[in-house]
Amino acid sequence: MRLEAAAVEKWFFRGKGDRNRFYAVQKTDLALASGKVTVLTGRSGSGKTTLMHMMAGLLVPDGGQVLLDGKDLYALDDASLSRLRNQTFGMIPQGADVMPELTVLENILLPRGICMRERDSAYAETKENCLRLLEQLEISGLLDVRAKELSGGERRRVCIARALAARPAVVFADEPTSDLDDESTRTALSVLRQAADDGCAVMIVSHDAEATDYADEKRKMDAGHL
Amino acid sequence: MLFKMIRGVLYHQRAKMLLIAFTIVLGTSLATGMLNVMWDVGDKVNQELKTYGANITVKPKDASLLTDIYDVGEGEQLSEAYLNEEDLPKLKTIFWAFNIVDFTPFLEADASLPDGTDAKIVGTWFNHHLSLPTGEELDAGIAGMRSWWDVTGGNWLDESEPSAASSVMVGTLLAEEKGWKIGDEITLAGSAKEMTATVAGIYDAGGDEDLEIYAPLDLVQALTDREGKVDRIEVSALTTPDNELAQRAAKNPSALSSRDYETWYCTAYVSAICYQIQEAIPNASAAAVRQVAESEGTILDKTQLLMLLITALSLIGAALGISNLVTASVMERSMEIGLLKAIGARDRSITFVIMVEILVTALIGGVAGYFLGFGFAQLIGQSVFGSAIEMKLKVIPIVAALITLVTLAGSLPAIRMVLRLRPAEVLHGGQ
Ligand SMILES: Nc1ncnc2c1ncn2[C@@H]1O[C@H](COP(=O)(O)OP(=O)(O)OP(=O)(O)O)[C@@H](O)[C@H]1O
Ligand SMILES: [Mg+2]
Repeated sequence: MRLEAAAVEKWFFRGKGDRNRFYAVQKTDLALASGKVTVLTGRSGSGKTTLMHMMAGLLVPDGGQVLLDGKDLYALDDASLSRLRNQTFGMIPQGADVMPELTVLENILLPRGICMRERDSAYAETKENCLRLLEQLEISGLLDVRAKELSGGERRRVCIARALAARPAVVFADEPTSDLDDESTRTALSVLRQAADDGCAVMIVSHDAEATDYADEKRKMDAGHL
Repeated sequence: MLFKMIRGVLYHQRAKMLLIAFTIVLGTSLATGMLNVMWDVGDKVNQELKTYGANITVKPKDASLLTDIYDVGEGEQLSEAYLNEEDLPKLKTIFWAFNIVDFTPFLEADASLPDGTDAKIVGTWFNHHLSLPTGEELDAGIAGMRSWWDVTGGNWLDESEPSAASSVMVGTLLAEEKGWKIGDEITLAGSAKEMTATVAGIYDAGGDEDLEIYAPLDLVQALTDREGKVDRIEVSALTTPDNELAQRAAKNPSALSSRDYETWYCTAYVSAICYQIQEAIPNASAAAVRQVAESEGTILDKTQLLMLLITALSLIGAALGISNLVTASVMERSMEIGLLKAIGARDRSITFVIMVEILVTALIGGVAGYFLGFGFAQLIGQSVFGSAIEMKLKVIPIVAALITLVTLAGSLPAIRMVLRLRPAEVLHGGQ
């Protein structure tokens, strides 16, 4: 499994007219491979999240392509791309976004809940996986707590569990450790490392120096360039 | 999972959902109230106007022709043309016999009084009992058709009493002028005969009639030697307001296509009833008393138009309200919607969840609104028409369809927003 960004670029307009065109990501290549952890660092506003979203099928690039095993992601129809996001990708968004009205367990099973019934075998498997992850991330006591009652760090870890529970082929982690203490940071990173060792391609955006210790490949982003 | 989310949202956003439900309650209740009243009011207004009196006059054909040509006032007939009294019961044999509520004949004459002056004397039925060939029993006459006359002395003549044949009713102005009182004997001289009659009632009609004498038809016929003859007949009939077909038919019924003719003939348009009266009574010309017939139609049309307008406006208002509220609710949840999309939920499922939420809310609001609206209708019925409004079952599906339409239309902008929302734009972090 190989996910590859080929000369992708993305621009935004800051005001009207072509002069105000602003490149968030400029002709960038990046490849993620199964079993590898790729860590992306860079200053705030350098385009890391933008690049990640393009690779995760969430943001259409203005130039270049994102190829999954050689196939253009954005040439897929909406249904296939949705299925891909649901079953092949796992996303830990920068905002640690959760559904506030659902419990921790429901949040983690949400990607499964969207596309299958509770009696499917994959659903049960995901649930088991989820319990194990919560154990590792030290939040198993919060299983039935509504997500809106969680602290920032707890939410972050719920997002990590949600992304990993269904054993996706690619995991995107946008600053997965930004609001965690040193100890939790290490557990979170080791859980991601573990996923890679189990055959997952992991992409981490992080300012944390510690993240690089878990990396197979380190890249630095600067003003839209790698 | 989806339904859990719906429940969560309904509870979480209960204030907003309550507002949406309330908007729908308002829209539904107004629509229900207005539509119920509108359909019931047709009958109600008709009844109201019926108590106002005659809406068709029947005259001898020649007379009406001549009075039309020479534009002479009512009563001043140029020729000696009459209708036959014996033809009157035929009014109850026409196709719309059931809609003929009341009728009465008139025969006018000038009577000389002993003091040398003249007074107009009108022969008519008061409460003339008819036994129709159909077996129907009926009291027809002026007592029913001039119900607004205020009998200030004595009583209405009662034709079932033998004394009625030689009694008369006198207008209050005439009675005052001549110093007549109830029970007085007066002498009336007609062109053929002189008779004495008893003053049995004095009435205040608030018009020219107050200077006239109303007497039994037989008496005036005898006075002027016109046995069995009448000048004109007034008819009170329940009619359907005129429409374009009725207007075309009124001009010339024979110009209609046979299907139109059928429709027209079998609808209680005033023109159709006139036409049927002419068929039934030989040598008669029946015409709508114009002011009444027209105001009837116009009032009804205008009331119904007004109610339709209120219905439409209230529904548009509801749609705008819903559109605002639903858009706000979707905006408030844009992060959640973006997240759902990011983890692979399709636009279709998200739209579905939101629509179910709104439709459930609309259903609750709609049911509550229907009953409230029915209450409104009763209130209007009682205060405006003094009677209950009948529950029209056809209102339910119509209101249900309208409210569904309004809810869907109101949700459209929000749904567009959901479809346009890009997960990357809301998942930046730093909510
Ligand atoms: N939807 C958007 N509209 C306009 N500008 C945008 C949009 N998304 C991102 N940008 C701009 O693109 C640039 C890169 O943004 P991006 O979120 O990728 O930065 P980042 O490297 O993830 O920063 P951080 O470390 O702070 O998360 C920023 O300057 C941002 O202002
Ligand atoms: Mg970022």
